[in-house]
Amino acid sequence: MSTLEIRDLKVAVEDKEILRGVNLTVRAGETHAIMGPNGSGKSTLAYAVAGHPKYTITGGQVLLDGVDLLELSVDERARAGLFLAMQYPVEVPGVSVSNFLRSAVTSIRGEAPKLREFAKDLKAGMDGLSIDPAFAQRNLNEGFSGGEKKRHEILQLELLKPKIAVLDETDSGLDVDALRVVSEGINRFRASGETGVLLITHYTRILRYVKPDFVHVFANGRVVEEGGPELADKLESEGYEQYTKASA
Amino acid sequence: MGLNEKPLSTLHEKASYELGDFEVPTGREEAWRFTPLARLKGLHNGKAAITGQAITTAHTPAGVTAEWVGREDARIGRAYVPADRVSAQAYNAFEKALVVTVPKEATPDGPIRIEVRGGGLDGATYGHIVVAVEPLAEAVVIVEHAGSAVYADNVEFVVGDGASLKVVSLQDWDDDAVHVSHHHAQLAKDATFRSFVVTLGGDLVRLSPSVSYTAPGGDADLSGVYFVDAGQHLEHRLLVDHSQPHCKSNVDYRGALQGQDAHAVWIGDVIIRVEAEGTDTYELNRNLILTDGARADSVPNLEILTGEVAGAGHASASGRLDDEHIFYLQARGIPRDEARRLVVRGFLGQLIEKIQVEEIRERVLSAVEAELAR
Repeated sequence: MSTLEIRDLKVAVEDKEILRGVNLTVRAGETHAIMGPNGSGKSTLAYAVAGHPKYTITGGQVLLDGVDLLELSVDERARAGLFLAMQYPVEVPGVSVSNFLRSAVTSIRGEAPKLREFAKDLKAGMDGLSIDPAFAQRNLNEGFSGGEKKRHEILQLELLKPKIAVLDETDSGLDVDALRVVSEGINRFRASGETGVLLITHYTRILRYVKPDFVHVFANGRVVEEGGPELADKLESEGYEQYTKASA
Repeated sequence: MGLNEKPLSTLHEKASYELGDFEVPTGREEAWRFTPLARLKGLHNGKAAITGQAITTAHTPAGVTAEWVGREDARIGRAYVPADRVSAQAYNAFEKALVVTVPKEATPDGPIRIEVRGGGLDGATYGHIVVAVEPLAEAVVIVEHAGSAVYADNVEFVVGDGASLKVVSLQDWDDDAVHVSHHHAQLAKDATFRSFVVTLGGDLVRLSPSVSYTAPGGDADLSGVYFVDAGQHLEHRLLVDHSQPHCKSNVDYRGALQGQDAHAVWIGDVIIRVEAEGTDTYELNRNLILTDGARADSVPNLEILTGEVAGAGHASASGRLDDEHIFYLQARGIPRDEARRLVVRGFLGQLIEKIQVEEIRERVLSAVEAELAR
């Protein structure tokens, strides 16, 4: 069973400190929601853990089953079992979805999937997320609507089967139907009980579809309150104001 | 009206069959300022001895004729008049010209293949090729350049009324070759011309594809892909001269550059003359710079002399590999080198997909793979 341990993580962007010592442990079978106002550092946490070059780690550790991810390259982290569903997936011209997915699956598994098996998995994954099969031939994220991009992120999650998934505002910009489809995908992924989910969100809406075990409130670059699902209900009624005031 | 009348563009000042009408370039001229003249091995100043060798062979499908003719043949120089010093040098120095004719309404059963194989760097050699596609005929021509040579040539594509010509020109020279070439297409009424240029090899390649129209309805599409390695100078200079109403042109050239002193030059000139009402034209150049030390010069020029155009635009963009693209692919477990290959392959592949000859398309794709593996 896998564990992601974030220990006293400090991160800066262009000499500006954004994360000021984050501690968080996600175990397989658990779903953690990170909630917080805009600018609190939620996305920075996601990208820093994944290894985006824009972020400088100034302190702390991120351990996946005891291995310090911060010592690894971006692709090595992914192969170690980390997945980041991006808030704004980039468009990559000329690279088809199917070609991209096959390359990713091959890299993660360490061997090329059998063509027929891969085609079957891809079709099942796309069906489950109500993605038009024609998507496979389109260029990666090019001309995709916001909802299509997010479904495609979850498709990758289901195909790559990471140990720990970090979902960065996967719910933003989705209408209710799309949110339901995407949530079902996340729930399929966590159904095995062998994977951990770190769900970053601004709104409580998605938590009605993807039930968290723990809720962490993020403000001013650190976790300021923790609790069970009931904490989300409190945020729903009271908002983030008390935290932003407190940290100001 | 064509290129033999003085165009208004400052870049294409004259056209003549006489070598003496062109000054020896010094490198300060607009048309030569990007080209490293010292590496032309005397092609531009008459100092190259005509002792070089390049063997040209033509393979034609049934119904198509290929002839070697003398300089006096009336079909030579009909569509094209040399527009610079090296072109005039080549025009005055070639011994025999290859004339390929696709007869009226013919639809040959396969491509016409022309192979130019260089035989070494001892001295220069010159060539001239004419491909005439008579009215309503349809043809595909593949021109391949390989080996090592100091070679200058002019190629005339004469596309008749309602005829269609697709050309793939592959510059797959050895690393030390020098090649200066003009490819001119003259389009008659309702003629269609599709050109695909692939330049990979050579120390210095300067290729100038141009298009003129003799009647309305002509449609030209000029695509090109180049991959520039360390030390290579690959230059493409395009000119589309819209002198007839209701003609189209589309230019799309893309290149990738890697290594110290890899240098790409792209000049795209489109002239829409006063009488060329209803012209529809677009030109695009994109460069992907993969390493430090590489340089891309890209200059689109659009000169519009009539207010009545259907469409006219141009764009040029040169940039580095996008870090966000690489991050996204790496975040899915794909190692950095492979991510880079996927992105470059995608960047060029969109254009390569347009090559309608499958065998050539596959070859170009694998050649790009080989470049990326370097």
